[in-house]
Amino acid sequence: MAIFLTEKSRVLVQGITGTEGTRHTRRMVAAGTNIVAGVTPGKGGRDVDGIPVFDNCADAVKATGADVTVVFVPPRFAKAAVVEAVDAGLGLAVVLTEGIPVHDTAEFWAYARGTGNRTRIIGPNCPGLISPGQSNAGIIPADITKRGRIGLVSKSGTLTYQMMYELRDFGFSTCVGIGGDPIVGTTHIDCLQAFENDPETEAIVMIGEIGGDAEERAAAYIAEHVSKPVVGYVAGFTAPEGKTMGHAGAIVSGSSGTALAKQEALEAVGVRVGRTPSETAALMRETLLAR
Amino acid sequence: MDLLEHQAQELFAKHGVPVSRNRVASTPDEAHAAAAEIGGRVVVKAQVKTGGRGKAGGVKLADGPDAAQDVASRILGMDIRGHTVHRVLVTEASEIADEYYVSFLLDRSNRSFLALVSAQGGVEIEQVAAENPEALARLWVDPADGFDLDAARRLAAAAGLPDDVREDVARVLVRLWNVFRSEDATLVEINPLARLADGSVRALDGKVTLDDNARYRQPGHPQYVDVSATDPLEVRAAEKDLNYVKLDGSVGVIGNGAGLVMSTLDVVAYAGEQYGGVKPANFLDIGGGASAEVMANGLEIILGDPDVRSVFVNVFGGITACDAVADGIVAAFALLTDRGETITKPLVVRLDGNNAAQGRQILTEAALPGVRLVDTMDGAARLAAELAGKGA
Repeated sequence: MAIFLTEKSRVLVQGITGTEGTRHTRRMVAAGTNIVAGVTPGKGGRDVDGIPVFDNCADAVKATGADVTVVFVPPRFAKAAVVEAVDAGLGLAVVLTEGIPVHDTAEFWAYARGTGNRTRIIGPNCPGLISPGQSNAGIIPADITKRGRIGLVSKSGTLTYQMMYELRDFGFSTCVGIGGDPIVGTTHIDCLQAFENDPETEAIVMIGEIGGDAEERAAAYIAEHVSKPVVGYVAGFTAPEGKTMGHAGAIVSGSSGTALAKQEALEAVGVRVGRTPSETAALMRETLLAR
Repeated sequence: MDLLEHQAQELFAKHGVPVSRNRVASTPDEAHAAAAEIGGRVVVKAQVKTGGRGKAGGVKLADGPDAAQDVASRILGMDIRGHTVHRVLVTEASEIADEYYVSFLLDRSNRSFLALVSAQGGVEIEQVAAENPEALARLWVDPADGFDLDAARRLAAAAGLPDDVREDVARVLVRLWNVFRSEDATLVEINPLARLADGSVRALDGKVTLDDNARYRQPGHPQYVDVSATDPLEVRAAEKDLNYVKLDGSVGVIGNGAGLVMSTLDVVAYAGEQYGGVKPANFLDIGGGASAEVMANGLEIILGDPDVRSVFVNVFGGITACDAVADGIVAAFALLTDRGETITKPLVVRLDGNNAAQGRQILTEAALPGVRLVDTMDGAARLAAELAGKGA
């Protein structure tokens, strides 16, 4: 098993004919992902390396049985692309696009919720997710590590790669980059819940960063609902107040959203929090070896 | 992007939110002229992006043009919580009967929009929320449904506003919602929304935060960037499309990916505790690609920062292979040498991940002056902090 994405996933790529879309489609295929279709409006009937391209998601789903979409479209078209994916009944939409206006994200999230949340949205502004050895939906490098027992959820792409690399000898069930925007479709809590229910996952690494209160909420959730060991890391202790640090959502506003508050919330519920990524990996290593 | 009060007032006026007559002045003479034009008593207000202006002496009443000029000469150049006052807003003085609070904001936790109204305006709303939470009426606004006059009326009633002012406040709320939606704002706040002695309702102070991601469809927004209040290095970095934030330490930091760079800053500060409190000098994310040109531009900005005593280049090769990053560093040195720069500050480089060994070999063979390779992020941070500490 794994969470959200398995070897059975039938993946569609929205924006497949764009430079990035094509490039990463090839990488996903090389990683063993079952890519069944692409969508680019106006380019239906073509193909990319033999993968059929459709004008819209509904046609692609009907013809190929796709159940996951990876969205590579530019910010100005992202809202329409996600709404189309929801309407087509895709179960998972992985939105990689960086720079989507947050009003658009709020709208497509509300739209998905209004249709009963039958489409899980991951992102936007995220690297996607990988279940190593099974499937890769997004841009996370597939060759860092192998299938294993650790579940990873992170707001940051490169910190995800770093952590996968540090613990590459153990391997991972699924690594989910949930994205660094103020509104994301899948939260730390959603991933914690899924990892808790996933028999393959034995322990969880949770990476957070400044901004919002997702980590504090996750801590409260862990206290109530997570029995598996969780090790945490939070980035942004040195971030000044009122400055956006790269990710649109990474900002300390007044006294809210600080790294210290997040660390304290996690530690208060028994989560061990590393001071550096390497120290965090060492804590996870210790946790797994003690089992 | 947070706006200054006068910019917020400008957006309010554009969408029909009632504001007082006002003029911006950046010299005492301009303040004199502004007060003369407005006539009568005026308020002169420091334009800075921080609270507590009144307590700091940044808001003063003036009886006429001469007084306004005098007051402006004292406020301009003032430092309020680390913000220098470059401009004042001269606005007509009002006789206030009552003060309310209204806002719309992005509620990250609920992934929704939130409207807030209180009959207790003119004070810090956080204080009202903490001490008297029932005095703050809340309404979550579904982005798919929007906000209309009926919702506004219900909210004004829920906040316990006086009967005779509810309709006026409700109309202001709808207009403020239009500011929030059509300007791609993440916060619009009027505090106070005042009822004047003549019964009319007016926004006397405002805060607006705009979404930078929406700039492609908001052609009017770049004019609100306040270059005078921005660090010169940040201005130069922005011109080169670099994701850079100036900090107050001495270790220059370059990395790929926002999370990794934030983490690098923390790891440098953590290591720096052993070297007399050495801290990072900046945040700089060169992104996934890390081309030679971007690397060169980044290095140029960082090496041009007089506070920087050592530089830490921290790259995890994901999609981008480390040999390409190493080539980028070598090429960046060549580019900088071509531009006439002499690199005298030590550079600590940590490459990990995809093709790290090849990347390290390229840098070893290039033998660039002052460049040292360290295998781990923590070890590299220690060396960079040590080098910066020594340079002190």
